[in-house]
Amino acid sequence: MRRLIEGSEAIADAAIGAGCRFFAGYPMTPFTELLECFAAKLPGVGGACINAESEIEAIGMAWGAAATGARAATGSTGQGLALMQESLSEITRAELPLVVFNLARGQGDYFQVTRGGGHGDYHLVVLAPLDVSEAVALTQEAFQLADRWRNPVIVLGDYLLAHTQEAVEPGPRDFAALPAKAWAADGTGGGRGHPRHVSSLGTTPGAKGIDPESFWKRIQAKHEQIRAEEPRCEAEHVEDAELLVVAFGSLARFARHAVRELRAEGLRVGYFRPISLWPFPSEALACAAAKVRRVAVLEQNAGQMIDDVRLALLGRAPVVGIGGISTDPSGFGIGSLLDPEGVRARIQGALP
Amino acid sequence: MSERSATRTGEFFPRLQLSPDHDLCPGCGEPLVLRLILELIDELGLAERAIGVVGIGCYTALAPLIDLDLIQALHGRAPSVATGAKRMRPEALLFTLQGDGDMVNEGLQEVIHTAARGEAVTCILLNNGVFGETGGHMTATTVLGQRTKNSLEGRDAARHGHPIRLCEMIAPLGGAAYVARGSVHDAAGVSRTRRMLRRAFESQLRGEGFSLVEVLTMCPTGWVVPTARGPQYLDEVLGAVHEVGELKRDGKLVAT
Repeated sequence: MRRLIEGSEAIADAAIGAGCRFFAGYPMTPFTELLECFAAKLPGVGGACINAESEIEAIGMAWGAAATGARAATGSTGQGLALMQESLSEITRAELPLVVFNLARGQGDYFQVTRGGGHGDYHLVVLAPLDVSEAVALTQEAFQLADRWRNPVIVLGDYLLAHTQEAVEPGPRDFAALPAKAWAADGTGGGRGHPRHVSSLGTTPGAKGIDPESFWKRIQAKHEQIRAEEPRCEAEHVEDAELLVVAFGSLARFARHAVRELRAEGLRVGYFRPISLWPFPSEALACAAAKVRRVAVLEQNAGQMIDDVRLALLGRAPVVGIGGISTDPSGFGIGSLLDPEGVRARIQGALP
Repeated sequence: MSERSATRTGEFFPRLQLSPDHDLCPGCGEPLVLRLILELIDELGLAERAIGVVGIGCYTALAPLIDLDLIQALHGRAPSVATGAKRMRPEALLFTLQGDGDMVNEGLQEVIHTAARGEAVTCILLNNGVFGETGGHMTATTVLGQRTKNSLEGRDAARHGHPIRLCEMIAPLGGAAYVARGSVHDAAGVSRTRRMLRRAFESQLRGEGFSLVEVLTMCPTGWVVPTARGPQYLDEVLGAVHEVGELKRDGKLVAT
């Protein structure tokens, strides 16, 4: 049943619908309401939500819950995720499924979620919905992807996504069945010579020492497979476009609206949106931009995704940034850039 | 006279230990504590309902030997990881294995919060007063006067501050049900530590709340004392500051 609800509540409902039974978090604007929703709803479905004493402890708790085989999640803003980086990289090497929500203050966390600040070689899958309805779908998909690849998945949103009300259907979606979690350390595996050790160190039960090189190479191979199989994007009006506008998340909604308006007026402008920020849909973007005269990147930061756009295009088209740092006085990311007329003017100004 | 020499006692190892072969130094106290934990879990019939969470230190090398479901945590984070696991598997016995560098330095707030929350997990602290794995450096529990690689002249309060006595810090917290400090420097100490671990596990299974068992362990390598002098050094130097005994039982502070 479709209901008019706020983004935060829709995400919590979608997660619980997808089987999430554990959440731990620490309040921080604009993520706080998501924590409130999990705290209110999880006990009613036999789950647990812990008001963690810090973000570092929140992700540790989610790590333990996920290691037993439960569908688990944590989240914060980018500031809180900064504190979680060590665990995020280690959980990736422990090959644990975990969903992490970054309800960020604007779009300044693009590098954080796609590059990460943790140690060693690792990648997180990153999904960036543009509205509440897509946030519901991608939240449910995030749990599926996390389990399928045994890798953390970040759902990246912002203040606008967390606090906009939309009519959505947060009920469960059907996904392909996944194998049982035979690796899970649920406590029942001891005493028979084959315990389950969930470890990031490359150890083998019963054997002395570690083998980090082959262990890390195996995870690298998995990430290359994810890179090949999981890029997601949305494109409109690219066939004969002279200018291609690239944007992600909430700001892409403004870009798509402006491109549709300009098209209706006969201007040859196209729109491309990476839905997965990692893996970045590089091939699809290169195809979409094959015949354009210019690519304009609209993002609410000093210029971060523009690096990935340039890498995807390898100099085949000139790339310009038409976004920028923009926020409200409290720093929560509701800046003057989030304005349909302004976005339209920036796109028009970039036309070749 | 038996053919077996003292160095081969490792051949007699607990059923829940997959192999006697490990890399820890001769004279180290940590394998003794592992033996106690594994024997107790077997005795209590909990092999198929137990989860261990291991921190980062010398004892991490013992983790692959453990025939129990296990989660390898980061340095300092085991109490939070155990919390999440326990909430999803309340029927399981949850224990952490952490050193003083792990629990009292890197992750001090984690163990305090877990205790205050009254999580039904048992945190086990192997306290030898040094970072053994890095080669014997000062930790938050290093006692005054103790020589370490980065306090060669001995820990001096004016330069390095004072040691933290963890049990004394945790015991007054409302969520802590059982808090005790044992040692493995002699047979009586081993036996007393075994009793403490049993009480902690039983307290957890009764759902009383958080339990902490600190065990003073020898690190002759990190202490730079002859291996045979390790037990005496533990008793006389570490034991003088980190006093052995039960601090809290059945949720009540033990009168001293």
